Amino acid sequence: MSTLSQKKGVGGTIWDFMTTVDHKKIAILYLIAGGIFFLVGGVEALFIRIQLAIPSNDFVSAGTYNEILTMHGTTMIFLAAMPLLFAMMNAVVPLQIGARDVAFPFLNLLGFWLFAFGGLFLNLSWFLGGAPDAGWTSYASLSIASPGHGIDFYAIGLQISGAGTLISGINFLVTIINMRAPGMTYMRMPLFTWTTFVASALILFAFPALTVGLFLMIFDRLFGGNFFDATMGGNTIIWEHLFWIFGHPEVYILILPAFGVFSEILPTFSRKRLFGYSSMVFATVLIGFLGFMVWAHHMFTTGLGPIANAIFAVATMAIAVPTGIKIFNWLFTLWGGSIEFTSPMLYAVAFIPSFVIGGVTGVMAAVAPADYQFQDSYFIVAHFHYVIVGGVVYAILAGVTYWWPKMFGKMLDEKLSKATFWLFLIGFHLTFFIQHFLGLMGMPRRVWTFLPNQGLDLGNAISSSGAAFMAVATLILLVNIIKTTAKGQKVGGDPWGDGRTLEWAISSPPPEYNFKQTPLVRGLDAYWIEKMAGNKEMTPAEPLGDIHMPNSSFIPFMISLGMFIAGIGFLYRNDHAWGDIVGIIGMVVMFLSMFFRSWIDDHGFHIHKEDLVDDDKEAKM
Amino acid sequence: METEQKLTAETFPASPEKATLEGKNKFTGFWLFLGGETVLFASLFATYLALRNSTMSGPKPEELFDIKLVFAATMILLTSSLTSVYAMYHMKNFEFKKMQLWLGVTWLLGLAFLGLEIYEFRHYVHEGHTFTSSAFGSSFYALVGTHGAHVTFGLLWIGSLMIRNAKRGLNLYNAPKYYVASLYWHFIDVVWVFIFTVVYLMGMVG
Repeated sequence: MSTLSQKKGVGGTIWDFMTTVDHKKIAILYLIAGGIFFLVGGVEALFIRIQLAIPSNDFVSAGTYNEILTMHGTTMIFLAAMPLLFAMMNAVVPLQIGARDVAFPFLNLLGFWLFAFGGLFLNLSWFLGGAPDAGWTSYASLSIASPGHGIDFYAIGLQISGAGTLISGINFLVTIINMRAPGMTYMRMPLFTWTTFVASALILFAFPALTVGLFLMIFDRLFGGNFFDATMGGNTIIWEHLFWIFGHPEVYILILPAFGVFSEILPTFSRKRLFGYSSMVFATVLIGFLGFMVWAHHMFTTGLGPIANAIFAVATMAIAVPTGIKIFNWLFTLWGGSIEFTSPMLYAVAFIPSFVIGGVTGVMAAVAPADYQFQDSYFIVAHFHYVIVGGVVYAILAGVTYWWPKMFGKMLDEKLSKATFWLFLIGFHLTFFIQHFLGLMGMPRRVWTFLPNQGLDLGNAISSSGAAFMAVATLILLVNIIKTTAKGQKVGGDPWGDGRTLEWAISSPPPEYNFKQTPLVRGLDAYWIEKMAGNKEMTPAEPLGDIHMPNSSFIPFMISLGMFIAGIGFLYRNDHAWGDIVGIIGMVVMFLSMFFRSWIDDHGFHIHKEDLVDDDKEAKM
Repeated sequence: METEQKLTAETFPASPEKATLEGKNKFTGFWLFLGGETVLFASLFATYLALRNSTMSGPKPEELFDIKLVFAATMILLTSSLTSVYAMYHMKNFEFKKMQLWLGVTWLLGLAFLGLEIYEFRHYVHEGHTFTSSAFGSSFYALVGTHGAHVTFGLLWIGSLMIRNAKRGLNLYNAPKYYVASLYWHFIDVVWVFIFTVVYLMGMVG
């Protein structure tokens, strides 16, 4: 082991993780933070299902229910799903392309801290006068009128974490463009890298629209702006457009990496190369492109007129084509494969029909006249949970199980993983399938209760009982993680035995510099090719030499802290005299930290090749 | 090439901003960042276009804008883009002093532009056109003000770069930093051309 990773003690470890620029450690940070928010969002979901389990329930008040549903959506999308995907991207993408790290290790850590402080800011609202209550879409007509500071916590918190997401998106784009190993052409990149690439491009072009929307909302609520105030000439529809110009690409930002995860797992456990690789890449890029053309299908009932609705309806249905290509490619990958039903594979196989259900209801909702009936009903709730849980959450559970040994060097217990899978699968369909019918029978979403004897009692009771299954599944996953961390067996580089891509070619967890020598890539599924040629490891593309490494840094934490303080200050500017002062102090902390980053040279350091050779000897002993 | 390498005019690469992997990453990343900035400004433009007729009881665009002042500001900012091109030309030729000189000119022109903008805003506030007076006011200051904030940040950035490197000259560590700062400056300029057209010219023909 090199000297740097030998820091001992709890304080040392915490400091190490606060300042690390190693993509593998940042992946663990994202996994922990995203996992905690996933649990928070899950508890909020349970509150919703408890409230709706029986008619005329008063488990929570109507106002609290609005806060819970808002925070459930916001937390799950921004603070759980995206960070957990970032965890996998950080852990895997640099390894899959044969890179030593991401392009901007410093910005990688900055992205994490901005997300973490943004998430903290958002959740502080629970303790400081009430959470946001206008839904995760926070339509201006509701949010401008919302009393208290809930919406301000939403707008500023998302602004902080959104900045982090944008930074991470640019980072992955540059990493994939510039840092691929020799021979790793674009059309040899593993599908997870491809989907990360396209999702990052979507982040780059979608998030600035949210940034502007949130700024306008902050201006209106705190600085006397009139963007959404109709009495001063403003227009609330501007928010809807800006939000969905961001919001629709956002769902592809979530689902494309999920597609990538399954496109890794299916070939691995079918022991077959991915069917139709180039059409998969094409479909990914096409979905990414079309994803920007369809935002107004969230606004069919806003009154944009039949021409606009027709155009957006047709564009939306067009997305079913590349998605269908993907579905068939996955099926043909399974076809004739020597299939092994490991727990990640179970998720992958369950994902295909679940996601098809979500896709089909999506096409139904794309029919604009029909959407007038579906909109704001539980049918829509069922639709987006089928794509987001049946797609993204399955992918996260599958991917985390699949790459867990790569990240931590230990296998999760397969029996417990399979128990989690079955409980989650049953619970998910039990909860959400019936909601299609509840919606069609007229149950509106975002309403805190319903009256008895309207045909909704049984459906809601079934739906709530399903939630309990998912809760137990999650608890078993936690037990699994604790058990594995405490007792798990150390594993080698390719613990599943059938790894195809470069991340399986090195030890688990990989050394801080990843590849001692940059590998030479000779085709798609680079590691599989070497295995089939009878090679034990990758052919190096360079002689053994000193490795240049980036320095760890405390500055990202300080920049994010500055933004956090500024947010707190400006939030209270109309209530307290100190508001603006604290806000400006926060801005000064942020800009000074950025200034020091620019002013102080940071050349990184070198790991000498003699130390690398020592590493090898140690590993063999 | 490595960032710490000592170079002369003869060994200095033709594209110093892309000669190291770090530089190449900065170069690519910054271009992508400008792509995101484009969406940011496009959103602000769209908002402005949607709200520019909502003047309520306040002054209308055609009553407010003074073409002479804005035209002067436009010329100053466009010239500053040209001088930053000269600066980059000298950077590629490893002529540090000349580069700093032209960046200094760029910086002063940027400051002059900012001065004019502040003067302009003060004038508008005096006329009753403020951020809170109407939706037109809010969207105008959001768009033009965001541009002004970008100019301010650019001045702080270029100024810091010039002072930080004044004594040690050019190397492959700071060349990409200068280069992306000049890219940023061009971008601000391009945005201003659109503001001049969409806000001021279109505003004056009603």
